Amino acid sequence: MNGSTDPLKTTHLFFGPQHPGVTGNMSVEMWFDGDEITRAITHVGYLHRGFEKLMERRLWIQNFPLVCRICVPESDINEECYALAVEKLDGIEVPERARWIRTLVLELARLGVNLMSFGGQAGTIGLGTGAMWGITFRDFVLDLFEELSGGRIYHVYVQPGGVRRDLPEGFKKSVLSVLDKIGERLPELDRLTLNNAVFKQRTVGVGIVKPEWIDEMGLVGPVARGSGSRRDVRKDAPYEAYGELDFEVVTEDGCDIYSRALVRRREIDLSMNLIRQILDLMPGGPIAVPLPNLTEWRIPPGEIYTRVESSRGEYGYYVVSDGSLRPRRIHVRGPSYVHAVTLLERMLVGANIADVSNIMVSLTTCPPEIER
Amino acid sequence: MTMKFTDIVSPFLAWSRAAKKADTIPYPKKSNPGSDRYRGFHRNDLDKCIGCGRCEEICQNLAISMVEVKDSQPIKGDSGLRPSVDYGRCCWCALCVDVCSTGSLSLSNSYSWPTDNADACAFIPGSDEKAWDDSKKGYRQDNSILQWAGSPRVEMPVAEPDERIKSFEEVVRGYSPEQAAAEAGRCIQCGLCVTACPANMHIPEYLRAIANGDYSHAVKLFFDNNPLPEMCGKVCTRECESVCAMGYQGEAIAIRWLKRFACEWFESLSDVLAVDEKPLEPNGRSVAIIGTGPAGLSAAYYLTRMGFETHVFEKDGEGGGVAQSAIPEYRLPSGGYEKQMDVFRKAGVKFHYNAEVCCDDILKISDDYDAVFIAAGLQRSSEFTIPGVDLQGVEHAFYFLMNHPEDGSIEAGRRVLVVGGGNVAIDTARSCKRLGAEVVISYRRRIEDMPADDEEIQEAVDEGIDLRPQNIPIRIEETDSGLLYIYAEALMIDDPAGGRPKPVRKDDIEHGIEVDKVFLAIGQSSDLSFLPDEISDNLNIKWGRIQVDEHQYTGVKNIYAGGDITPGAGDVITAIADGMRAAKAIAESCRTE
Repeated sequence: MNGSTDPLKTTHLFFGPQHPGVTGNMSVEMWFDGDEITRAITHVGYLHRGFEKLMERRLWIQNFPLVCRICVPESDINEECYALAVEKLDGIEVPERARWIRTLVLELARLGVNLMSFGGQAGTIGLGTGAMWGITFRDFVLDLFEELSGGRIYHVYVQPGGVRRDLPEGFKKSVLSVLDKIGERLPELDRLTLNNAVFKQRTVGVGIVKPEWIDEMGLVGPVARGSGSRRDVRKDAPYEAYGELDFEVVTEDGCDIYSRALVRRREIDLSMNLIRQILDLMPGGPIAVPLPNLTEWRIPPGEIYTRVESSRGEYGYYVVSDGSLRPRRIHVRGPSYVHAVTLLERMLVGANIADVSNIMVSLTTCPPEIER
Repeated sequence: MTMKFTDIVSPFLAWSRAAKKADTIPYPKKSNPGSDRYRGFHRNDLDKCIGCGRCEEICQNLAISMVEVKDSQPIKGDSGLRPSVDYGRCCWCALCVDVCSTGSLSLSNSYSWPTDNADACAFIPGSDEKAWDDSKKGYRQDNSILQWAGSPRVEMPVAEPDERIKSFEEVVRGYSPEQAAAEAGRCIQCGLCVTACPANMHIPEYLRAIANGDYSHAVKLFFDNNPLPEMCGKVCTRECESVCAMGYQGEAIAIRWLKRFACEWFESLSDVLAVDEKPLEPNGRSVAIIGTGPAGLSAAYYLTRMGFETHVFEKDGEGGGVAQSAIPEYRLPSGGYEKQMDVFRKAGVKFHYNAEVCCDDILKISDDYDAVFIAAGLQRSSEFTIPGVDLQGVEHAFYFLMNHPEDGSIEAGRRVLVVGGGNVAIDTARSCKRLGAEVVISYRRRIEDMPADDEEIQEAVDEGIDLRPQNIPIRIEETDSGLLYIYAEALMIDDPAGGRPKPVRKDDIEHGIEVDKVFLAIGQSSDLSFLPDEISDNLNIKWGRIQVDEHQYTGVKNIYAGGDITPGAGDVITAIADGMRAAKAIAESCRTE
C-alpha cells in the first residue's frame, strides 16, 4: 500500500497549516488507509517573508536586527552565524570576552529551546502539564535575556564585532539562581514525561530514524544524535569558546521519539553544565571592537560559509559580498529543510495518523528556516 | 525500554505543584516592569536632539521619519526636524538609540500601550506627551565601546612642538590617502555643516568623494562655492566642524584637513577644473573689484565664470589680501598661493597690481564698469590707549605680521609680550617664538573667552608660550634694559545684560613684566579714506564698516561691498561667501536691467 494515493482505497487529508504541536505554520498533505499513512507531502510557504532577499537590500548592520527573526525560539544562532560571516569577511578580530559572552548566550538560548521542545513533546501526546512546565522554565531563561539584552525573544544582541552590551551587574548571580531553580524542578518534569507510562507508550519504538539515513539525507542535531550519531558542530568544528569547554557529545541509540526526547533532556543538563563552566571561566576586557561608520560600511568582496550548532543541529549561513554597502547574497541553511521535507515525508509512510504531530515535534521542524 | 510500575504512579506526583505558588502572574491586574535595559517605547530629549536624521537613516523598517515640530526652528547646527516613530513598523531593535549622534534618543521600559486610535501609534517622542516620558529605566545609549554614535578623529600628523619652533615650516604634515579615506568615511551625511558654512559648501558630497578616492570630483565640488579651498583647507575657522553631528559623542570630522588633503593631492587645481579649456562666452559686461583678498577673488572668479569681464585692482604687488600676507608661513605656506592664483588667471580674471584706486579713480571706475565690488579689507591696526604705547619697542602686531617676519629680516627681540587674545595675537606670539624669543601673551579675559582658534591656543601653549589670562594692561614704562609692562590681575564679573563676563581689577596691586618688545594685537580697523565724498556720503557706514543688504549691495548704484570692510565674522570663509553673493547679485541685477 505504501505510496498509494488511490482515491478509492485511501483518504486524502491536509494536516495544517495550523500549529500541530509547536512546529509552526506548515502543512502535510497525507493519504491514509485506515489509520496508516500511505503517502505524505510537505507543503511550506505560509511563513515566507523573503528574508534572504530583504537582506540584499539592507546595510550590513541593518541585517543584524533582521536575521534573528528567522528563528523565533532561538534567534541567537542567526545573529551568531551572521556575525561570524561578516567578521571573517571583514577581518574583524572579536575580543575574548565577547566570544565567551556569545557562548553564554548561545547556551542559554539552547537551554530555553530544549526546555520548550522537551515539554512540547509531552504536549503533543496530550500531556499538557508537561508542555506548560517546559514553557514556564523557558520563561525563566527569557527573563535572563530581558535583563541582558532588553528583549525576551529577539535579543538583537550578538552583533558583528562583538556583543552589544556588557553583562549587567549581578548577571552571574541571576543566571545561577535560574539554573538552580530549573535544576530543582526538572525531576518533576521527568516524572511527567520520561517516567510516564503514557509518554513511553506513545514514544518508544515510534518515529524511527534509521541510522543509515543520517548520512544519506544529511541529518543533524538531536535527530541524528538520537540514532547513535556523534555529530555536533560544537565538538567537530569548535567556534567561539566551545573549544575551551569540557563536555561530551550527548548521544542515544534508540532511534525513536523517546530517544530524541532523551537527547534533548540530557542536552538541558549539558547546557546548564556548560553555562556554569562559562560563568567560571569568563574573562574580562572589552566586549566589542568599534565598527566603521555604519552607513558607509563596505565589506571586502568574498564569500564564506559559517556554521554553528543550533538546538536542531547544524545551522549555516553562506554570505557573498561584492564589496558594496549591502550583501550580494545570503543563503540561510537550517536543519529543518532536510528534517521537515525529506525526512518527514519518508518517516510518515507507515506511521499512525495520531503520531504525525508527535513525530514532527520530535524533529523540531521549524518552517521559518525552510522558507527564508 | 522497559515499562516500570513507577511509570504509572509517578505522573500523579505532579499534583503536588497545585499546592505551591503559581509561576504565572494575573495580568493585567499585576504586571512585571520591563528590565533596566528593556527595549520599550521611545523617548527623545528634544533639547538635546539636533535633527541630524541619523535615526531615520539607520532604521531598517522605515519606521522613523524626520518631521517638523511646532516650537522647533531650523537654526545653525539644528535642522529643526525631530523623529516621528511609527509603531506599525518599529521592531524595537534600538539601532536608532545606539547611533543617535547626541544621545537624545532612548527607549523606556514600558511595553504596554492600549489605545483605540490607530493613528496615535505614529508619534513624535518628546513632543507628543506619553506616560513613559519620565521613565527612569529602559535601553540607553552606551557609546563608550561601540562608538556607533561618534568616533575619534583620525589624528592629523603634526611636527613636534620643540621641532616646529625652529622654523616657519608648516606645522601640519597632512593625511595619507588611507587616513583621509578613514576620516572622510566617518561622515554620516546629515548635512548640518552645510547650513553652518557661510559659503554653504557641499561638505557631505565632497567628504564622500574623498572617502571614495575621487579627489578631482571633490576639488570640483569645492569650487562650486569656494574658489580658495587651498587657503580654507589650512586656515578656515571651520564653522562646519563646530556643528558636526559626530562631535557630540565623538570628535567632529576634520573637514578642514580633508579639504587641505584633496587640494594638496594635485599639482595644479586649474588642470582639475579645466577652467581654461572651457572659456565662457563673454556677456559683454564688466565689473571692477577693489582688493584681492578672499572676498575680491571670490567675486572675481564667479563673475568670470558667468561671462563677465572682471578687473581686479590691488594696491600691492601680489594678491591674497591680509589673509595671505598676515597669516604666518607655518599655518599658510606661500607655496599654495601660486596654485590658487593660477586658477584665477586661467579662468580669465584680469589683475592690476600696484594699482591703488582712490577718490576720483573710483568715480571713473563706477562709470566705466557695470558694477564695482569693494573688498578692500581692514588695513589698519586698532589704536590702544594706555600710557606708553608710543614708546620705542611697542609695535602693532598686525604690521609685524604683514611684513613677512619669517624671512628673518625683523628682529623680534629676546623677550616679547603680546597683548590680545585673537588669532593675530597668537600668530605674532608663535612667529616670535620661531624667531627665538621668549614669549608671553597677556589677555584681559579668560582663556575660554579668547577669540583665537582653540587649536591655535593649544599649539601655542605646547610650543612653550606663556599664556597669562585675566591681566588688565595698565601702562608700559621704559627701563634701562628695555620695557616694563605693568598690569593688574582681573576678576570676571557677569554682565547683567547677558553679555560675556567683564574683567575688573581684583586689587590695587600692580605687577610688572620686563620685556624687550610689546606687540599690540587688539584688532584691526578700516581705512575708508580712499572713497570719494560723493560715494562715502551716500554709504551707510557704522563703526568703520560699510553696511550692506543680504545681496552685499551698499544702496549706492552699482556699488557692492564685502569681506572685512563690511560687518561679519571677519574670517576667510565669510569673505568668500560675501564675494559669491555679490557675484550672484551683480549678475542678477545685470540680467534684469
